[in-house]
Amino acid sequence: MIHKFKQLGYNIVLDVNSGAVHLPDDCAYDMLDFLDAPMTEEMPADLPGKLPGYSESEVRESYAELYQLYKDGALFAEDDYEKYSNTMVKSPVKSMCLNVAHDCNLRCEYCFAQTGDFGGERCIMTPETGKKAIDFLIERSGNREQLELDFFGGEPLMAWDTVVQTVEYARSIEKQHGKHFRFTITTNGLLLDDEKIDYINREMSNCVLSLDGRREVTDRIRRTLNGKSCFDVIVPKFQKLVQNRGDKDYYVRATFTRYNLDFTDDILAMRDMGFVQLSAEPVVTDPGEPYSIRQEDLPRVFSEYDRLCEVMANRTEDKFNFFHFMVDLNAGPCAIKRLRGCGCGNDYVAVEPHGDIYPCHQFVGIEQWKMGNLYDGTFNDDIKTYFSKVHVYSKEGCRNCWAKFFCSGGCNANSFLYEGDVKKPYKLACEMQKKRLECAIALAADRAVKGQETPVFTEAPASMG
Amino acid sequence: MKEVFILKHITTINKANLKASALKGGCGKCQSSCQSACKTSCTVANQKCESVK
Repeated sequence: MIHKFKQLGYNIVLDVNSGAVHLPDDCAYDMLDFLDAPMTEEMPADLPGKLPGYSESEVRESYAELYQLYKDGALFAEDDYEKYSNTMVKSPVKSMCLNVAHDCNLRCEYCFAQTGDFGGERCIMTPETGKKAIDFLIERSGNREQLELDFFGGEPLMAWDTVVQTVEYARSIEKQHGKHFRFTITTNGLLLDDEKIDYINREMSNCVLSLDGRREVTDRIRRTLNGKSCFDVIVPKFQKLVQNRGDKDYYVRATFTRYNLDFTDDILAMRDMGFVQLSAEPVVTDPGEPYSIRQEDLPRVFSEYDRLCEVMANRTEDKFNFFHFMVDLNAGPCAIKRLRGCGCGNDYVAVEPHGDIYPCHQFVGIEQWKMGNLYDGTFNDDIKTYFSKVHVYSKEGCRNCWAKFFCSGGCNANSFLYEGDVKKPYKLACEMQKKRLECAIALAADRAVKGQETPVFTEAPASMG
Repeated sequence: MKEVFILKHITTINKANLKASALKGGCGKCQSSCQSACKTSCTVANQKCESVK
């Protein structure tokens, strides 16, 4: 299977099953409309007649090169990955989203956690429950040495004591168990102060800082409890955190909605604030909400991704990374990882403040997906087994999709919430994902042609602070 | 980007190594994708392989 498309002025061909990316000239690109496996060394006699715009010698040379790629396993490579998916079994649990606060000090209109409470009571996780979560992860992680825990909410800084006590507990016992914890935190920044910034920069390998870009965009949808702006409070704190962070990962992460389909301007606004690791996710919500992104918005969203892609390719100064356009075509994840994706419900779980365990943070509060509880020791193995077998060969439509090894079938929670079935990918998200991947591959191609490396930022840019 | 292979009509910008990665893959060391920046989507291919040094 191949996927051919044009982006950034390049003809691009992805050979799905080998992972090879080719940039053919027009003749070879057009020829691929008439070819499939198995290819023969001798060019089909009717091929020149199908390509009247090209000379016979061009057609012959192009065919010979395509045949060489085919013989090398880089074109029309066979899909023989299903054998691996058939042997998929449960994995050790190695990653956890710890919802330390089911409460928030913002009232963002689009919050999938229903302004922080996930549809239940507002509450904070006790340090005791945080420590039990650490014990659970160690106990369930088998031979995995590297364990991940993301402090999430709600707003996790509202449960700062629990965050610190959980980290300290994990650090105190990780060596004796042969483990290493990698902590991350996702925060709206309102409660950041110098002490918390220092702690986060010391202990958290990554932090996700929520901001929606331009002031007016952020203020429209991310408001305080009394409906006021948070922009001026948050931005200087994020700048200070990033400036002191050294080479550790961070992302300033926006959500874009129907209100700001010109989200490239929000990305650029955040770059102008001095941030270089940037993300903007399309809002995922009920289509009836006024800010939801709908099918009819997709042409506009796609043209905006095109615009962002052009901006990034042509920028010579003040460069930045955009999370969804990052792809390493040589050393990305292995095919086995790509079959199953995020690991939700299998090697990744979420724990809410009372100790209830769910497949991931987006399933929290949905009773049918509750997997167990830290206090009564329950953990539903059937749900874990189910998710261990959710992969691109068991999801509807993924098998024949060119993007399957990049998105791994998409977000299982979105599939359940918006298509009613974990194994039925959320179509709207698929369409946007595919567009983003085309941009990502095109940017990688552009860097390769120009002999550029992927930008690596090891310190805060000079424009900050 | 380190690997670029140039023919007269076609430039290939990477190694076709997905199948080889399956043979040695599945070690489970890599980060869960939702622990990076997304939380509402799923892009796996932008994660790093942590076995490759």
